[in-house]
Amino acid sequence: MSGYLESQLIILCLNVIYAYGIFLPAASGQLNLGAAGFITIGAYASAYFNMSGAPMYLAIPASMLFCAAIAFVIAFPILRTRGVYMVLATFAFAEVVAGLIINLEFLGAAAGYPVESHADFLVVVPVTILVVLLCFFLMSTRLGLAMRSIHDDEAVATLFGVDVRLAKVAAFTIGAALMSLGGALYGHHYNYIETQSFNVLLSIYILLYVLLGGTQTAWGPLIGAAFFTIVPETLRQIAASSGQEWIADTRFIFFGAIIVLMMVFRPEGLITRTLIDRVAMPFAGGRGGPGGRSGPAPTAKIA
Amino acid sequence: MDLSQLPQQIVNGLMLGGVYVMVAVAFTLIIGMLNFLNFTVPALFMLAAVLMWAILEGHGIALDLTAITVLLVLAMMAADRLQHAKLPAPLKTGAALGLAAAACIAVWLVISLKPGDPVFAWLDGAAGKSGRWVVGIAVALFTVAMLSLLIERFTYRYMKAKYGDATEHALPLVSSLGFLIVLEHTVISTWGSDSLTTASPFGHASFTLGPVLFSVPQLISLILSLAIVFGLSIMLRTTKLGRALRSIAERPDTAPLMGVEVGRIVPVVYVIAGLLCAIAGILFTINYTTVDAYVGDTVATVAIAGMVLGGLGNVWGAIIGAMLIGMVEVMSIYAVGATFKKIPIWGLLLMILIVRPTGLFGHTAIGKGKF
Repeated sequence: MSGYLESQLIILCLNVIYAYGIFLPAASGQLNLGAAGFITIGAYASAYFNMSGAPMYLAIPASMLFCAAIAFVIAFPILRTRGVYMVLATFAFAEVVAGLIINLEFLGAAAGYPVESHADFLVVVPVTILVVLLCFFLMSTRLGLAMRSIHDDEAVATLFGVDVRLAKVAAFTIGAALMSLGGALYGHHYNYIETQSFNVLLSIYILLYVLLGGTQTAWGPLIGAAFFTIVPETLRQIAASSGQEWIADTRFIFFGAIIVLMMVFRPEGLITRTLIDRVAMPFAGGRGGPGGRSGPAPTAKIA
Repeated sequence: MDLSQLPQQIVNGLMLGGVYVMVAVAFTLIIGMLNFLNFTVPALFMLAAVLMWAILEGHGIALDLTAITVLLVLAMMAADRLQHAKLPAPLKTGAALGLAAAACIAVWLVISLKPGDPVFAWLDGAAGKSGRWVVGIAVALFTVAMLSLLIERFTYRYMKAKYGDATEHALPLVSSLGFLIVLEHTVISTWGSDSLTTASPFGHASFTLGPVLFSVPQLISLILSLAIVFGLSIMLRTTKLGRALRSIAERPDTAPLMGVEVGRIVPVVYVIAGLLCAIAGILFTINYTTVDAYVGDTVATVAIAGMVLGGLGNVWGAIIGAMLIGMVEVMSIYAVGATFKKIPIWGLLLMILIVRPTGLFGHTAIGKGKF
């Protein structure tokens, strides 16, 4: 595999892992704009454990546990807030993390922090596949069902006996662990980390991948992250090979315009349950499709 | 720590707070009425600051951006007319496609012909180099006001939450993030992402009062921003428009029943919020003379902290919160160091959100499906 493709594949994998970390809370109706905070914790924790002598395959799980513990502790106060307040609280959390780390001398402060062990794409790609499979599995369990019901209507979920707080905390914590995994892999792949590379814009972009991909099914973040990683890069390649520099300059303007238009025309994201049903059963009409409810209604049998 | 510098630092904190005040009030207006965190606020702040810089430095291409904005707004208005016109459906679709094509061609013509340069040359000849700041203020205010109309359509008017989804309040948030990306990259692709510096059109006028040095433009900016925000809060309290605004903020479903034309009032809110950001951006360029495409992110995120501190949807709270945050920022830089400032600002915000989510002065209920 050429070096260029390999580097793009790594970026794609990292984005997919981050996206799933934000997707799990989003699938249970919480907007988390603090991705950068968890990624930073994961990257620095793993790098620090690695530096203190732990091999990489121990340092990464340890950093995930560490980050999950932090997420678990802050989940209770943060999940008391909702809507706009939750967005702001997670955002503030990420900023506090960045502010703390840039002042910690033993983590290199503003100069950045070198990471010892190297993880090439033979590590990153299988891990990413595992993460994707794990998230598909999670969404098919009772926890996933509980998360979906909270996402659709929290009050009704409570009435049906769903432990809303448990499901929310679980989604938030597992999501944080995934993001720290992504951060740790980032550190081990590039062998150098600094807080500036995990900034507000990263949090915003990851949240956008998830919301544009769609929060209804586990396909959403995968497609969202893939689409918004591959398309701008492809456009840059086209610009470089055709000599049309303006494509590279303006591709993000079109990217932003697509986001704005999508919210008008497809507010639930690219991938919805209806779409999945239609693709899976193109001739059956699908559950939510136009012909889905045309047959005899189930109540007709009883009557 | 040298305590003799303290009075000077307090004054600096107030001056910085003055910039944050208007941005925080812009955020709080939108959040109080429409219940969404408007990320076009940083974008509009940045755009006004950069346009002001561009005119001061004699970049006529700034006027092209204005022209494109106006064209898009005109196209949108024509589309609205078309939507309500009594025409057969196929004709309507055809006309809509024609309109879209015409808009695209017009924008392309502006981009390729660059009519901004000759217009600017003419304006520059009329106003003279020392009068550029007047042109700059006019261009920045006008462009941002037009853009606010465009943003209103895509973050409010065309939005329909169809499925009763818990994340539906994210829709306008996401579109406003889209606008943030569009505007930042418009500026980057026009002028690059490096720092853009200019000389202040008012030089370094200053005077000393005891141990404290006051810069005249900064002092005027502070007074101006406070005056504008005070005027706004009086407007909210006494005029008919203010009453309509407050009624929507209080109960958006009932307001139309009481004869408030929500569809007409909401664009006004966007324009007011946009103009507040624009004025803040213009003052920022004049006082700090260095801008870049990301200046909105840095300033507006701190302004958000100030707004939450004072209580979401509370204009007076936003004023005091923004001043406090400006003070906290300057003091922590002064006492510890520049890299340290994030911890007190965001730690304070996180604590407020957890302990007292309504903020120091807030009482309005936010987040009960106002949109």
